[in-house]
Amino acid sequence: MALRHLLCGVMAVGFGFAAVSTPASAQTSGSTLSAVKSKGRLDCGVSQGLPGFSNSDSAGNFTGIDVDLCRGVAAAVFGDPSKVRFRTLSAKERFEALKSGEIDVLSRNSTWTMTRDTQLGIIFAGVNYYDGQGLMVPASLGVSTAAELDGARICTNTGTTTELNVTDYFRSHGMSFELIAFEKTDEVGAAYEAGRCDVYTTDRSGLAAERLKFADPEGHVVLPEIISKEPLGPAVRQGDEQWLNVVKWTHYAMLNAEELGISSENVDQIRDEQAGLVSQGQGNQEIQRLLGLGDDFGAVLGLPKDWAYQVIKQVGNYGEVYEANVGPDTPLKLARGANALWTNGGLQYGMPVR
Amino acid sequence: MTSSPHAPQSVAYVRTEDAPILPPPANTTGLYGWARRNFLDSMTDFSDVGSSVRSVLMILLTAFLLWFGISQIWGLIKFVFIDGIWSNPTGARREACLTQAQGGLLPNDQTVGACWPYVAANAKLFIYGRYPMAELWRPNLVFLLLALGLVWTLWSRMPYRKIGAALMLVVFPMVAFVLLTGADLSAPKAFWYVWPLATAILLGLGWAGGKGMGGEAVKAFSGAFWGLGLFFAYILVFALAATMNWGLNSVTTRDWGGLLVTLVVALTGITASLPLGILLALGRRSTLPAVKILSVAFIEFWRGVPLITVLFMSSVMLPLFLPPGTSFNDLLRALIGVTLFASAYMAEVVRGGLQAIPKGQTEGAQSLGLSFWETTRLIVLPQALTLVIPGIVNTFIGLFKDTTLVSIIGMFDLLGQVSSTFADSSWATPVTRPTGYLVVAAIFFVFCFLMSRYSMSMEKKLRRGHAR
Repeated sequence: MALRHLLCGVMAVGFGFAAVSTPASAQTSGSTLSAVKSKGRLDCGVSQGLPGFSNSDSAGNFTGIDVDLCRGVAAAVFGDPSKVRFRTLSAKERFEALKSGEIDVLSRNSTWTMTRDTQLGIIFAGVNYYDGQGLMVPASLGVSTAAELDGARICTNTGTTTELNVTDYFRSHGMSFELIAFEKTDEVGAAYEAGRCDVYTTDRSGLAAERLKFADPEGHVVLPEIISKEPLGPAVRQGDEQWLNVVKWTHYAMLNAEELGISSENVDQIRDEQAGLVSQGQGNQEIQRLLGLGDDFGAVLGLPKDWAYQVIKQVGNYGEVYEANVGPDTPLKLARGANALWTNGGLQYGMPVR
Repeated sequence: MTSSPHAPQSVAYVRTEDAPILPPPANTTGLYGWARRNFLDSMTDFSDVGSSVRSVLMILLTAFLLWFGISQIWGLIKFVFIDGIWSNPTGARREACLTQAQGGLLPNDQTVGACWPYVAANAKLFIYGRYPMAELWRPNLVFLLLALGLVWTLWSRMPYRKIGAALMLVVFPMVAFVLLTGADLSAPKAFWYVWPLATAILLGLGWAGGKGMGGEAVKAFSGAFWGLGLFFAYILVFALAATMNWGLNSVTTRDWGGLLVTLVVALTGITASLPLGILLALGRRSTLPAVKILSVAFIEFWRGVPLITVLFMSSVMLPLFLPPGTSFNDLLRALIGVTLFASAYMAEVVRGGLQAIPKGQTEGAQSLGLSFWETTRLIVLPQALTLVIPGIVNTFIGLFKDTTLVSIIGMFDLLGQVSSTFADSSWATPVTRPTGYLVVAAIFFVFCFLMSRYSMSMEKKLRRGHAR
């Protein structure tokens, strides 16, 4: 009967259609930088929503310090921070998306660990936020250090390193505890707020974000102890040092700019001043090199000479990005802490442009 | 006393006229009567010990259910309307829905309900996702055309409904595709050689078969050639429309979101899964082993795999199998996954209907000289499909709600888009989450309820329920 042929035909057509609709896109097997340049945009993997790091605002624009790093890379490559296409990724699919070439940079609050650096085929390009796992307790509990938490009931997410970290910490301090783990962040917050547990533990930036949703945010305190190291930073594919350098030095350019007192506000003024001095062999050499007034430090990266100027002018220095997204003036109210420049007692240290 | 044996009606104790029709006893009519019949009778019987115990239990149960139901509904009304924050004169953000103690603008003794300023500020995001602001007229036009087309096609009093249905099924998808994406895509060059040729060959064979040329084989499959040829021609026209430059800015599907994505996925799944499901159901009942085995394998495979796995595989595994750098549109992945998944379920629903049609119907049709396809199209399917309307609509509703799973592959459907705003710290308040979820629930309910009501009216109209 004709039925058989019709069925086979329909299936064949279905597959044919799927194949035809597949957009043929640029090959990325060569250098990532030239692929990015030829497609005219940067594909950047971000989270599906982590306040202050990558989340979309009411207008649908992405904001956050992870987002600004990608915008910085786009500014360095194209001189235009808007040439980024953000790809929201779940925690599970992030590394696959990077490896398969769907994205060029993964800037998704990913912790830099040895396993990830060595075994996943990816490599971290720096740390743009030093986070750490923290402990939040109700202020009414009257606890001021983690040492007083013996026998506490602790709420956290299942299947993350936070669960292991808190177990390690309590064991090594000889304290007993009861772990109450939930699948979703919402559930953890709700259970903690309802009093099912005494302690809520996750990354400190996450605690600050979750606290905003509590009915009584001032009734909860984050204890001073940091029980694990969570260095968050951008990652790229292994085997493309040129691209690794582009991402790494974009980050360092933002750090160096803050250290040298160059911001998006005053960068034009400083550049004009230094441009007058550079011909006389005077002025601040570090600033001149960073802003592309002296030797060409863009060419060695495969970028325009004014790459760092574009980053600073259009995205800002590290401090500006921090203040705009997670700093004390934002709802998150996170102090600089470990993310202050090394000159201010923090860990952020921009390698010299020389 | 004068009495006659022939006129017993004149006996004094026999009525000579009808008794007046009295109104029913007061306690059986009206609100009281209704309440008595439905509630009170079971609660007011204290004639013996057993009945008394039952009555007391019924009173307690009724009181509890009343209290529970009313307090829940009241709680919802209070949260949404009475305690809801409706005004935001200063244009504040999260402060608009927080008390002063929480760092907001509201007096400390106020109970804060639904945060409507949050919904108003994010409404565009909920409906269109990150679709560019300047291009919003395009999805709006698609929504309008969709609404008009659905009314035209589905409302039984509209004239020329068949034309409407044809336009909705053939022209609307193309118009919507061009408007939403901006078209101007590129197809591989080989496509423009191979596809028109294949179309021409199929249509030619169909035409030749109809004319009785090319021998028995071509003649027997003439209908199939026609069908396939028309389908190929449609794809060709679609491809032409998709590759033409209409002067519209291209909008990547990455920027689609919210209700737009939900509707695109659901409508594509619904319209494509029904014909696919019918073919699969027919295939499963076929006597041809190859067709039967293929259909059974397809149905059992797709029914045996969770949709979430299908989508996850398409997002995580597929890029590993494809050459590096090849990208496969995410939305298309979701559409294919959802459609294949739903068509397997649809096939089983339709097969249920096919099984309810007595064999005599087919035999009767064959004795009239109808071919297999004529029998199927004119006799079997019309009866079978009307029988399984509840099942079909059930699958549609399930599919509509399953669209929320596309957030697994990073697409923002309505639920995913609303959830994404929970991460926006400028709107983080204790009531943001409940407000967002309420909005999602309300929108989903409206769509599913409309589908359900429409199916009920269809059933009533076709009267295939054999209702008692």
